[in-house]
Amino acid sequence: MHKGRLSAALKKGAIWGFIVIELIFFSIAGEYLSLSGKAFMDYDNMLLLLKQSAPIGIIAMGMSLVMINGNIDLSVGAIFAIAAIVLLDSMTWPIFSGLGDWVIPAAWLLALAAGTALGALNGLIVWKTGVDAFIVTLGAMLGYRGIVFMFNGENPTSHLNWTLVDMAEAQFLGIHTPTWFLLGVTLAIWFVMTQTVHGRNAAAIGDNREAAVNAGIRVGPHMMINFALIGFLAALSAVVFYSESGSVNPNDGRLYELWVITAVVLGGARISGGSGSAIGALGGVIAIQLLRKGLGHIGVDTSTVNLVIGLILIAVLILDRQLNVKGKGELRV
Amino acid sequence: MTDPVQSPVLRLEGIVKTFPGVRALDGVSFSVLPGEVHALMGENGAGKSTLMKVLGGIHRPDDGAIYVGGERVVMAGPLEAKANGIVFIHQELSLATELSVAENVYLGELPRKRFGRVDWKTLAARTNAILKKLKAPFDARTRVGDLSIANQQMVEIARALTVDARAVIFDEPTASLTDAEKVVLFDVISDLTADGVGIIYISHRMEEIFKITDRITVLRDGQYQGTVATRDVDEEAVTQMMIGRKLDLSRSALDHELGEVALEVRGLSCGELYRDVSFQVRRGEVLGFYGLVGAGRTEIAETLFGLRDPSAGEILIDGEAVRIRSPADAIARGVSLVPEDRKGQGLVLGMNCRDNMTLPQVDDLKAGPFMAEGAEIAIFDQYRDKLDIRTPGWRQKVGNLSGGNQQKIVIGKWLSMHPSVLIVDEPTRGIDVGSKSEIHKLLRALAAQGYAVIVISSEMPEVLHVSDRIAAMYSGRIMRTFTADEVTEDSLIQAISGLGDDRAA
Repeated sequence: MHKGRLSAALKKGAIWGFIVIELIFFSIAGEYLSLSGKAFMDYDNMLLLLKQSAPIGIIAMGMSLVMINGNIDLSVGAIFAIAAIVLLDSMTWPIFSGLGDWVIPAAWLLALAAGTALGALNGLIVWKTGVDAFIVTLGAMLGYRGIVFMFNGENPTSHLNWTLVDMAEAQFLGIHTPTWFLLGVTLAIWFVMTQTVHGRNAAAIGDNREAAVNAGIRVGPHMMINFALIGFLAALSAVVFYSESGSVNPNDGRLYELWVITAVVLGGARISGGSGSAIGALGGVIAIQLLRKGLGHIGVDTSTVNLVIGLILIAVLILDRQLNVKGKGELRV
Repeated sequence: MTDPVQSPVLRLEGIVKTFPGVRALDGVSFSVLPGEVHALMGENGAGKSTLMKVLGGIHRPDDGAIYVGGERVVMAGPLEAKANGIVFIHQELSLATELSVAENVYLGELPRKRFGRVDWKTLAARTNAILKKLKAPFDARTRVGDLSIANQQMVEIARALTVDARAVIFDEPTASLTDAEKVVLFDVISDLTADGVGIIYISHRMEEIFKITDRITVLRDGQYQGTVATRDVDEEAVTQMMIGRKLDLSRSALDHELGEVALEVRGLSCGELYRDVSFQVRRGEVLGFYGLVGAGRTEIAETLFGLRDPSAGEILIDGEAVRIRSPADAIARGVSLVPEDRKGQGLVLGMNCRDNMTLPQVDDLKAGPFMAEGAEIAIFDQYRDKLDIRTPGWRQKVGNLSGGNQQKIVIGKWLSMHPSVLIVDEPTRGIDVGSKSEIHKLLRALAAQGYAVIVISSEMPEVLHVSDRIAAMYSGRIMRTFTADEVTEDSLIQAISGLGDDRAA
C-alpha cells in the first residue's frame, strides 16, 4: 500500500517537477544559445506565457472533465472557431446597432450559447445513440468546421471593437484578463470535479461504468452535462482570445483538440477515464507552452518543437505504464 | 423468527427463462423468510446465476412471478431491485478503483449539500460507522485501488448496510476472504438476520453452508430440486441432490498403456496465485484438476502456456527443464491450451471455421506471399472428420455453430499443431448435455492416442468421468492427488473445501 501511495504522489507531482526542469534547462541553455539578451525567466515573459496558455488551457479544463468521465471531445477546435465567428459577426448585426457598447455582452452571450448548444448536441447524440464519443465528436469536428467555411468561405471574419480590445488587454493586479479567466476556470472545474456529486459520479462512470450503472447512476445525463460544459468552455476560450484579436480565420482552432488532449494526458489523465485532475491539466498546459516558448527562445524552429513535444508525450506514457505494471503475477498480453 | 406464520420477504414462483437452445430455468420456485439464511446451491451451470439475474432485473423471465413482502413486483432493472430492498453483493467486484472507499460504498447515492456539493462529512461519518461494524482495517478516505482484493470485497459488503434491505444476496462472498474476515462476514449476516432481513447465500463451500444457513434450495440443470432444512440433511444428501444421480463412477477404464512422463512440474509458484504446485502427466493419461473458482487452476494452465511468469519452481517437458516465455514458445514445445472462455479467448467468432482452425499456423501455410488456401482446407477437412465437427462447410462463421461444435473447432485447432500436452480448461462450460458426453469421449480418445491431457473443470461428474488421476486444489495449493480407484465425491469435496487437511490453515 505504501508503494502505491509513493508512486501516486510521484505521478501527481510529476508534471510540476517537469515544469521546474524545463525552467532550469531553458534558463541555463538560454544563457548560451539565446539570440536576444533577455533572460528566459523574466517576469513579463512568464506573465505573457500564462496569457498565451489561456486559449488551450480553458478548453483543457473541460477536456479533463470529459476524459475523467471516460469520453473524449475532438470537436472543440471547430466549436472554438464557430463561437469566434458568432462573437465577431454578431456585433455587426443591425438588430444590435442601437446598443452601443452594450453589444459586447450580447455578443458574448450569443457566442457562449452557441458553444454550449453544440457541445450539448454532441452529448445528446452520445447519450441517446450509445455511439462512442470518439466517433461522434470526430464527425462533429468535420461537420462544425464545415459550418465555419459555409459562413464566409476562405475569408476571415473581422470586427474590431476598441472597447472590447481595451478590456481584453487590461491587466488587473498585474495579470492579464485571459490569465484571470484561465485561473478562474481552473478553480471552477477543480471544484466541480472534486467537490460536487456530479463530478464524483462522472469519475465513477469513467472508472467502472458497469459499477456506476449497477449503483443506479444515470450515465447519459452526466455525459451530456460534461459535453455541454466543454462546448461552453471552448466558446469562452474563443471569447477571451478574439475579443483582443478581432479577426477569425476559418482555419483557426485546428488541432486545438490535439493540443488540449496532449496537455490533459501530460497532466496525468488516463485516456480510458476515471483518473485525472484540473490542477494536473493546468500543469500540462503550462508545460507545453513552456516547451514551445523555451525552444523558440534557444533558437529551435517551430517544426522541431512539435517533434519534441510528440516524443515527450510518448515518453511520458511509457513511463506511466512502467510505474503501473503490477509485478510478476500479471498476465502477459 | 418469533411469528410462526410469517410471510416470506421474497418469493419466486414458477420462474422460467429460456435462451436460444437452452432452458436455463424451468419453473423455479422458492421463498426466503425474514431472518433466514437461505442457501442456494447447484453445480456450475445449474441456473443459480441466471436466477439471480432474473431477480436483479437483468434478465426478464419468460414466465413466473416475483413477490417482495407479498406484493408482486416486476424487476425492470438494478434500480428497481434496490428500490424494493433487494441488495446484491457480487462475486466479481463492482468497484471504481480510483475513488475512495466512501464514494464506492455510497456510489449513486452520495449525500448532498447545497449547490450539488458532496457532503463529505456526512459521507465519511456514515461510511466509517459501517466500516467499524465490519471491523474493516481501513477508513472511508482510502482509495479502493490501494486495498487488497479481500478488503475490496469488504467494501462491496459494506454496500449491503447502506440501505434498508429486505433481502441481501451474497454470491460466493467468501471466495477471496481469509478466515478472520469470514468471521466478520458471518457476524454481519447474523446482524442482518436479527433485523429480519432475509439472506440468500450462494456458495460451494459445504462447511459454510452447514455453519450459517437455515434452509437449502438446490437447483440442477435449471430445475428446482427441492428445499430442505439444513439441520435435517448432511453433505452427502445435498451432493446427491445437486448431482442428481448415483454418480457414474464407471470411468472409462484405462485400456491402454501409459507412456513416458510428458510434463512435470516441480514446486511451481506464482506470487499469491498458487504455491508449491508439483505434478506430472504421462502420455496417454488424463489428469483432472478440480477445485473452486479462484483456486489457482486456470493460473497454472496460463503459466504452462507462457502467459504468466512463475515466481519459483520448474517445468520439465519430456524430462528437460524449460522456461516458457510466451504462448509461441509453449506451442513450439508442444503445449497447447484450450482456454476457459471459448468465445472470448478461444475463437474469433466473426471468422469462418477454416480460418479459426488454422489461426496459430497461418505463418507457415504460405504459398509464396499468399495464403495456401488448399493446405488450410485440407487441415480443416482432416480435423472435421476426426472430431466429427458438424458444420455446413468451412465457410460457416464459427459464431453460428453450437457450443459443442465450437469447442471441437478449438480442440481441432490445437491438435493440428501436433502438441504432446493438451490442456483443456472447462471443456464443456455452456455446452448441452449431449455434446458434453461427446467432448468427454473425445478427451478420452485423445489420451488413448498418446496425448498427455490436463482437464480443468469445476464440475465434479465431468472430472470424475474423464480423469485417470485428479488433483484437488484449494486456495492455490494441490491438497491431494487421487487415483481414479480411490477417489470418492466426499473426499474430493473435502479436499477442495480445505477440510480434513492441516495444510489448509
